[in-house]
Amino acid sequence: MTVLTLRALEKHYGSIKAVDHVDLQLESGEFMAILGPSGSGKSTLMRMVAGLESPTAGDILVDGQSVVNVPPQHRNVAMVFQSFALYPHMTVRDNILFPLVSRKVPKHEHEARLNKATSMLGVEDLLDRRPNRLSGGQQQRVALARALVRDPDLFVFDEPLSALDAQIRSRARAELRELHDQTRITTLYVTHDQVEAMGLADRVAVINEGRLHQVGTPQELYNDPADLFVAGFIGNPPMNLIPINETTVAGIRPEDMLVDPEGDVSNVFIDLAVTIEHIEYLGSEWLAHGQAQSDADTHGQELHVIARLPASSHPDFVSGQKCRMVGQRKDVCLFDRASGKRQARAEVPA
Amino acid sequence: MLRKIGFYCGIGFLTLFSIVPLLWALVTVFKRDSDMYSVGTVPFFYNEPPTLDHLIFLFTESNFGLFVQNSAIVGIFVVLITMVLSIPAAFSLARLTGSWGERSGMAIFLVYLIPPSLLFIPMYQIVVWLGVANTIWSLVIVLPTITVPFCTWLLLGFFRSVPRSLDEAAMLDGCGQFTTFYRVLLPQVWPGIGACAVFAFSLSLGNYIYAATFITRSAARTISAGVPTELIRGDVFFWPELMAATLVVAIPLAVVYGLFFNYLVGGFRNAT
Repeated sequence: MTVLTLRALEKHYGSIKAVDHVDLQLESGEFMAILGPSGSGKSTLMRMVAGLESPTAGDILVDGQSVVNVPPQHRNVAMVFQSFALYPHMTVRDNILFPLVSRKVPKHEHEARLNKATSMLGVEDLLDRRPNRLSGGQQQRVALARALVRDPDLFVFDEPLSALDAQIRSRARAELRELHDQTRITTLYVTHDQVEAMGLADRVAVINEGRLHQVGTPQELYNDPADLFVAGFIGNPPMNLIPINETTVAGIRPEDMLVDPEGDVSNVFIDLAVTIEHIEYLGSEWLAHGQAQSDADTHGQELHVIARLPASSHPDFVSGQKCRMVGQRKDVCLFDRASGKRQARAEVPA
Repeated sequence: MLRKIGFYCGIGFLTLFSIVPLLWALVTVFKRDSDMYSVGTVPFFYNEPPTLDHLIFLFTESNFGLFVQNSAIVGIFVVLITMVLSIPAAFSLARLTGSWGERSGMAIFLVYLIPPSLLFIPMYQIVVWLGVANTIWSLVIVLPTITVPFCTWLLLGFFRSVPRSLDEAAMLDGCGQFTTFYRVLLPQVWPGIGACAVFAFSLSLGNYIYAATFITRSAARTISAGVPTELIRGDVFFWPELMAATLVVAIPLAVVYGLFFNYLVGGFRNAT
């Protein structure tokens, strides 16, 4: 069942299109991440879903009902803010109960719902404290409990992990996913961090300059980027994008780049003479950064390529050394240079 | 080391500079007339035993008790009117009007800069027209014209310092505009409201020009206008009584200001 539908949604600020014709559907129980760089319009999109901004055009449907004219207090959308936005003058207990009190939920239900939410998040011992006496991680759990306590139709997260210390972020990420698996509440999760998006979400919607570029599972985004933006955004480091002629750009993941391959390589599609610039050791792998001389027209621009090598390979490159980097046909995605769109395989020049 | 000594000397000098007039006033309150007017003695010490005569005179044989009462009534009403008007005004400007509302803080403050010495003539006409001339109600009506813009400006800064995400969280948690204001925003700005109340009260207490021009009947006067007219008769200065009248007002006010000082400074910083 579809819980949330966005139809041709637009938001303009003057002549700037913050959100530009976005169509999106969230199925019941789905965890979807909206991933984009800062200023891409992802926050505006989320704020329209929550009711904090009204769209310039288009429609938002929750459970099939348009909510565009429904004020936020009457939408059953719970949001976890980047700053957590806990009420400083209330205890943790009152913070968590606040949505029930202001929605006039009968008093006798309060205790049971409070207990359920707090035990799920392990904040039972913090109930009488003020938010300013809590650590970042505790504040995040309390904010989650406050969002959870009223059984929302839809959860909306605004970069909820970015205010946390790096050490606890990965644990908080795992807990968020566990929480979702327990509650199965449909979730829209806004982030600029692809590790969060790819690690947490069932599906990821990549947005840039207000436009949706691709919606798909993390695997689809990684293996089959729909256009040049997604190819250059997903992955760390992202795809190498190598112009091969006037109209076509080839993309290949750094781990698919073969460096000085021994023996015969079948179906060679990319064959570059590369000058190594430097080698990065990352513990589990090496990254070889190099400068390539492409056969195709690169408009005089130097072409930066990265190859990922397993830690076991012990590369002995030195800066300035020449090597050969080869990409096989099966590992290459082709993009139209002008539109940035992915080309079907049939169009590949031989 | 030398720097430290210099620092403490400076602090000591500034402390003396600000506290000596008050101490001198305090000493003077309890001096006998003959001690005070004798030329050959040091004025900072008692050369004759101290006395309570002047305090008793101030409270029993002058209208000072009435002045205090009038000032208190005027102050309380001015504070109430100011709060009722400026809290919603500041909230609206900070949250409901978009970007020009926030920027209008400075424009509001400019109103405060028009001197009362220019305004008291037209204000007096209004007061007469309303039939409240020569009563304390004239001040209750006119003084908010000073305090409301100032407190609105100050409170605007306090409201602006509350993160918007709190309002948004409250709205998503089911609050309407008013409950968001009342249950979430207002508790964040209580210290600012306290600071504003103190400020409005002290402004009403200290205003001289309206108090002296709107009210000529001694029994209806406030401290600021009553004390200098009642206790300076011709060229006779009732020095100990004047000092006592000053201290009775100044000391409690100084204590309250001390309590709210940090909030006031914070408010000024947020407002600009």
